[in-house]
This record gives sequence, structure tokens and C-alpha cells, in this order.
Amino acid sequence: MKVNLRVWRQKDPVDKGRMVDYTVEDASEDMSFLELIDVLNEKLILSGEEPVAFDHDCREGICGMCSMVIDGQPHGPERSTTTCQLHMRKFNDGDTITVEPFRAGAFPVIKDLVVDRGAFDKIIQAGGYISANTGSAPEAHSTPVPKAAAERSFSAAACIGCGACVAACPNGSASLFLGAKLTHLGEMPQGQPERWERVVNMVETHDDAGFGGCTNTGACATACPKEIPLDVISQLNHDYLKATVGGRKK
Amino acid sequence: MHWTASPLSSALGAVATQVSTGGSAKASATPARPKRPLIPAVLLKFVMALSGFVLVAYLVVHMIGNLQIFWGPTAINGYAEWLRTLLEPVLGWEGFVWVVRIALLASVIGHIWAATLLALRAKRARPVKYAAGNKVKGSYTTRTMRWGGVIVLLFVIYHILDLTVGVANPVGAHLKPYENITAGFAPDRWYVTLFYVIALLAIWFHLRHGLWSAIQTLGWNSNRREKTLKAIATVFSTVLIVGFLIVPISATFGWI
Ligand code: HEM
Ligand code: SF4
Ligand code: FES
Repeated sequence: MKVNLRVWRQKDPVDKGRMVDYTVEDASEDMSFLELIDVLNEKLILSGEEPVAFDHDCREGICGMCSMVIDGQPHGPERSTTTCQLHMRKFNDGDTITVEPFRAGAFPVIKDLVVDRGAFDKIIQAGGYISANTGSAPEAHSTPVPKAAAERSFSAAACIGCGACVAACPNGSASLFLGAKLTHLGEMPQGQPERWERVVNMVETHDDAGFGGCTNTGACATACPKEIPLDVISQLNHDYLKATVGGRKK
Repeated sequence: MHWTASPLSSALGAVATQVSTGGSAKASATPARPKRPLIPAVLLKFVMALSGFVLVAYLVVHMIGNLQIFWGPTAINGYAEWLRTLLEPVLGWEGFVWVVRIALLASVIGHIWAATLLALRAKRARPVKYAAGNKVKGSYTTRTMRWGGVIVLLFVIYHILDLTVGVANPVGAHLKPYENITAGFAPDRWYVTLFYVIALLAIWFHLRHGLWSAIQTLGWNSNRREKTLKAIATVFSTVLIVGFLIVPISATFGWI
């Protein structure tokens, strides 16, 4: 199949950047979207042009590295799918596809489609962990976890930190990501000791990075490749209000 | 902690030149980050939720009060008078009404102030727009909260000039809501009624999302409850708006 691509090209962080049109004649329906860009890049290299820089790692939908906004949708038109798992059969022969980087002030473009998602690492550093003494592992049954809590924690833990929620949010907010991390740890007994500081520190770091405020539009949950549900943001609000307005510290 | 998305070791493109996405590239490359906002976004939303609830509570009482017009001039004019006698020994004539007005004004200011800050922050959070447009849109309701809110505000200003101050009303008599309403929505002033209908529909949209959103902001939403909460918000807004609508419509069609 043949596809026309309009790709964002930007030399470096200070370059203004522009959309550039390319055509890939020999795409196959079975290619992933990243493989399509690989094919384009091979062509570009052969013709002595600079290949399109893009992020990727596992190419199996688990690492959260691939990004790209495809036709205005982070990770493209298929729901619950990362860009690396999006296949060309989702498109039609002759389609023109627009490919842009994730757009957020807190995710500055480094080059072409690669953005710096270090702001997420900072949020994690601010509280996305538990402090525990290492050593021999405790007996697994010594800390019972209610089934509902375990399941909710587990589904929140599915977040791969890709940043599609930010890219989709009309407010450029990372609340779904924040909520996922807080719910993941907050539903577990191990997450309790640091629960109230965690939420305050992570929200502060989120705001510091220049992410916007949530207005509950739900765009994040629609774009999320891991189907993180919107109620993790309710959890985030709940814990934050309890820790600040409610004065809960321990 | 299990944390895999760190871009420290990102490989760029299949054959692209290696560009480090780690700290060093960032320090030199990143334009100055915005300063910490004075008020966290979550607290701004808290202000919006609380002030919104005050306004909705007022609307419920207001809507029920309006319905007294169907019991004739004595009922509704007497009700307007009675409102001003509430807590009279303490607050004096009309004192209660002024307490409510001040609470409403404070809520409106708080609501709009927080909304404005959030809108400005949203603008800063996405300095470069998508060339293909953002195609992951929320529902129509969520997308019209900001401009819809402005329309509601303009309506409220007109409405106060119409039925409270009276300058925009053909009768505009103090403490005579029956006369003001029937004259204001008289059949030959159908365009005023039409404007009220449009404004009320805007409020309906605003409330449908707003009510549920406030619950989410206060942290009371959950996956299990979400559908029910949204349904309640829709039914509640519909009953409220229909309750408002029947008064001007009945006046225009001569049913009062
Ligand atoms: C279409 C149906 C409506 C009718 C017939 C109506 C009628 C009235 C009347 C007669 C008054 C004057 C009350 C008095 O002076 O004692 C009034 C005041 C007011 N109404 Fe409405 N109203 C309607 C809808 C609304 C809506 C939808 C809102 C809000 C979004 C609203 C907000 C207000 C406010 C803020 C005041 C001023 C209260 C004060 O300071 O005295 N009204 N309305
Ligand atoms: S919540 Fe979903 S969209 Fe956001 S970072 Fe996690 S996996 Fe990606
Ligand atoms: S490359 Fe790992 S999720 Fe797409």
C-alpha cells in the first residue's frame, strides 16, 4: 500500500520546526507504524537525508517509549494501543497521515518526534515509590490485601508512563498519570506510610513542571493505551484534599 | 519500584543519530520552565466545585420559587415579599436577600477566577498546537464549559437587569414579579423568551458536565459509580432546566 506522510521535522530543541511531506510507496498492511517510519528512514538515508528521529524501545506495547501523535491522536486511531502495536491495516491505501510529536510545554521537543519526558521521572522521584528495608523477602501471606484493592492497584499499575494522556489533554495535564501512580501505591498496605506526603509532593512536582490543571474532560482515558480509568483522578483529588484541606499527615 | 519509561537509554529511530534524552541535553535545551503556580490546580478545582454547588443550590430554590406564578399574582408576589422578611428581626428588611446575594456574588467570582486561572494555565501547558487538531475530544458538553460559562454569565447580567433591577423589563416594578414576568415574556416579546430558552439550554449543558465533574473533583467518583453519577447529573439538570423553562414559555403562550 501507498501512504502519504506529513511529518514534523525539527533539527534540535531551538529549531522552529515544520511539517514535511513524504510518500512511502511500498508499505505493507502488516507493518507496525514504527516499521513504516523505519522504511521511510531507510529511504531517507539512501538519498542522503537526515532520518526522522523517534522514540521506541520494546516495540511490544509495554515500555511506554514510543510516542507520536498520529492524525491528532496520541498513539494513533486504534484505542488501547501504543504506536508500536498500531498496524498499517488500520489505514487505507492512499491515506495522508499527519505525524507530530506529543505537544506539551512540559515535554519539550528534542528532535523531530522525540520529546523529553523527563518531567515524568521527576514526578516519580517526588513520591512514586515506597521506602522499604531490603533484605530477605517477607512471607507473601503475612500482609493480606483485599481482592478489590489488589485488582484496582494492579490495573493502575498497568500505566507505562508513555505520556499519551498529557498529549491528548486539552489542558496539557498529567493527572491520569499522577492518579495511576497514586492509586497503584495507595491501594496497597505498603503504600500507606508515605501516602499523604506522596500525593502532595507529586502534585507539586507535576505543577512545577508546567503541566496544566485537570478539568475532567476524559480525553486522557480515551487516549490511554493501557485503559487507565478516569476514577484514578478522583482518587488523586480525594487524597490531595485529605492531605491538604483535611490536614491528614499520617 | 517498577518504573520502565525512563527515557535515559532511548534509542532514536532505526538508524537515526543518537541524541541523549538524559539530563545534560535537557539542561541546555529546555526553555525556562514556568515557576510553581501559587495555587495548585487541584485546589482551584476544589474552589470551582464548592462555588458551583452553592450556585446550584440557589438555582434549585429559585426554580421552585418561580413555579408559584402558576398559583397567581398573590402567591408569587407574596413570596417575593416573604423572602425579604426572612430573619428580619436580625438582618432587617431584605437583609436575608442581601446575604444570599453576597454569597452568590462571592461564588460567581470564585468560580470564574479559578476557571480563568485554569484556562490560562492550560494555554501555557500546550504552547504549540497540533497541526492535525486535537482529535481526542471530550463530549460536546466538556468542550463548551468555558465559552458556555461566559454565555451563562452574560445571561445572568441581562436577567438581573430584567427581573431584579427592572431596567430591561417593560414593567420593572419592584416586588411585582408576576407583572414583570408576564409583561417581560409577553407574546410580542417572544425573542426575549427565545433568548431565555437558549441560555437555559447553555446552563443545562454546563450543569450536566459540571455536576459530575464536581463530584470527581471532590474525590467521590469511582469506576463503579461513574455511570450512575453521570445519569443523576443529567436527570437533575434536566428537571431543573425544564422547571425554569415552563415559566417564560407559559407566559409567552398565555397559559399563566
Ligand atoms: C427562565 C426562568 C427564570 C425566571 C422566570 C426567573 C425569574 C427571576 C425573578 C423574578 C427574579 C427577581 C427576584 C426578586 O427580585 O425577588 C430573579 C432573580 C435572579 N435570578 Fe432568575 N429566573 C429564571 C432563571 C434563572 C437562571 C437560570 C439563573 C442562573 C443561572 C437565574 C439567576 C438569578 C439571579 C442571580 C437573580 C438575582 C437574585 C437577586 O439578587 O435578587 N435565574 N429571577
Ligand atoms: S495513564 Fe495511560 S496514557 Fe498516561 S502515561 Fe500512563 S499509560 Fe500512558
Ligand atoms: S515501543 Fe515500547 S511501548 Fe511502544
